[in-house]
Amino acid sequence: MRKEIIYENRSLYRDAFRIQAYIFGTGRRSVCIAGSMRGNEYQQLYTCSQIIQALKRLEKEGRLLDGHEIMVIPSLNPYSMNIEKRFWPIDNTDINRMFPGYSEGETTQRIAGAVFEKIKDCAFGIQFASNYMPGEFMPHVTMMKTGFEDVKGAMEFCMPYVVVRNPRPYDTTTLNYNWQIWETKAYSLYTTTTDRINRKSAERGVDSVLHFLESVGCVRYGRRPGYLSKVVDDQEMIPVRTEEAGLFEPMVEVEQEVKKGDLLARILDPVDAEERSRIYAPESGILFFRHGGQLTYAHTAVFKLIPV
Amino acid sequence: MVKTIAAVSLPVLEDLKIRKNRLTGGKQKEKKRISIVTGIHGDELEGQYVCFEISRRIQEHPEYLNGIVDICPAMNPLGIDSITRGIPAFDLDMNRVFPGNQSGSMTEYVAAEVIEDLSGSDLCIDIHASNIFLTEIPQVRINELHREQLAPVAEKLNVDLIWIHGNSTVLESTLAYSLNSAGTPTLVVEMGVGMRITKKYCEQLTDGIFRVMQEMGMWLGPVKEVRKPMIADGSDPVSFLNAPVSGIFISQAKHGDCLKHGDAVGLIVDPLEGTIRERLKAPTDGVLFTIREYPVVDEGSLIARILKRQTDLQEK
Repeated sequence: MRKEIIYENRSLYRDAFRIQAYIFGTGRRSVCIAGSMRGNEYQQLYTCSQIIQALKRLEKEGRLLDGHEIMVIPSLNPYSMNIEKRFWPIDNTDINRMFPGYSEGETTQRIAGAVFEKIKDCAFGIQFASNYMPGEFMPHVTMMKTGFEDVKGAMEFCMPYVVVRNPRPYDTTTLNYNWQIWETKAYSLYTTTTDRINRKSAERGVDSVLHFLESVGCVRYGRRPGYLSKVVDDQEMIPVRTEEAGLFEPMVEVEQEVKKGDLLARILDPVDAEERSRIYAPESGILFFRHGGQLTYAHTAVFKLIPV
Repeated sequence: MVKTIAAVSLPVLEDLKIRKNRLTGGKQKEKKRISIVTGIHGDELEGQYVCFEISRRIQEHPEYLNGIVDICPAMNPLGIDSITRGIPAFDLDMNRVFPGNQSGSMTEYVAAEVIEDLSGSDLCIDIHASNIFLTEIPQVRINELHREQLAPVAEKLNVDLIWIHGNSTVLESTLAYSLNSAGTPTLVVEMGVGMRITKKYCEQLTDGIFRVMQEMGMWLGPVKEVRKPMIADGSDPVSFLNAPVSGIFISQAKHGDCLKHGDAVGLIVDPLEGTIRERLKAPTDGVLFTIREYPVVDEGSLIARILKRQTDLQEK
């Protein structure tokens, strides 16, 4: 393993902004694994740190296979994480809305451009991503339908679900979308949480990545049992909304199977605890997403169900 | 008459309401309608004064009004109230959620209600104020897809510049793109700087809005002569100057300056060491129409935009 600073720029008063990569093996750049791009993506950072530990162990045991280089970039945005801010410190821009980047452009365009230059030629790109909706997710791989998406490859992560969805206009500037356009097979991985570390879920994320690395011939892992992933179109999921705002009191956990009519949550008046509404499962299904805030706004999808 | 365009309950003892003031005049049944919209970005306040001034002038001479003027000064009231550019709590740019969705999230629902209300206007003007980092001369920005319909109106708006730019997928989720695509002509104005009101620019634009209303037959009173704008069009009309290093930017040029290649634009200094890190020079001949306002710069921060060439719209 070797470490490499793949991007650095000087600040006026802070220490330099640095993006550090861990590189395992030698040969063709087969796989790149990108971690936290936003300042609150602690789970994404933690999962990558655990992948580095796992790859170090495999390296020591001689189980990295020849001809493949694996690059892990745990943090693409240490500046934001160090000040507990989600986006770029000065202008609040999102690095994951700046790809493929531009070396003559604004700061985050330059960061995205410099990173993308280093990672655009890898055969497989894995990003530990986060959603703008705060909450917990069933572990899954998301694929955008770009025409280049590799759903079969995504199943090699052995995560419970592979979710496919149509890209929205703003998705065209994400790392995943641009990797695909540059003919890298790209996968966005979601473990359960974002701004809170869930060790068990991170462990499953590490396991998924090792499954995948074994499937593409980069490592000898000695598979632990994984899931036979189910492919779900985003359109098939059932959003369960609250029409009332208030204190969110969930009764169910992510990954739980619920029956039609089960009580999923209560919405309470935060001031006097009077019940404003009850939210019931409109269909039987597996709980894919659960809202993470203490409060909820009205018209908010507080759950998503995968119908069974 | 003040009406609510969209309303949703917030969790604790508060409703979010997006409101508009409708001013109506004239006797004919079929009235033309202009919608003045601002405050999508909570840190952009130039439009506040424009809204006030339009309303004030109409109330001073209601007899001149011949149509409907809808004034919507706060598309993002939570953002304006909390000095937040996006929608607070979501950290989401409101101008990336249009056309919205009636059965979507709170932000999508609000966006859909806004679109429904504005649709059908004979003209919509969406006033922005750059951001806190840059100051802009009054300008209209037009997506090339909508130039034929919008450029002739923009010419009457008393701005200094019309910038016709290429289409970009990301911009397809803006208010203006959504309305223009659905057949409601919408002009985007950028002027001044975030978190401030530049009275001179606001009055200039207000004069232009009354001139356009006169052209539409909606204002029967006197209007001021409007200026002829510069036009940025064609391939690569604008030169961008970005900070090559981080530091504190000290401006040496001002808006509207006609610069020659190599003229001083500013310095990037290091106050700790008392040194000049970089002397910034104009990369081309042209008119300076954007200049850095916020002094702290990172490597890459935008410092200036210079209009290299002007196009005559009539020739186009």
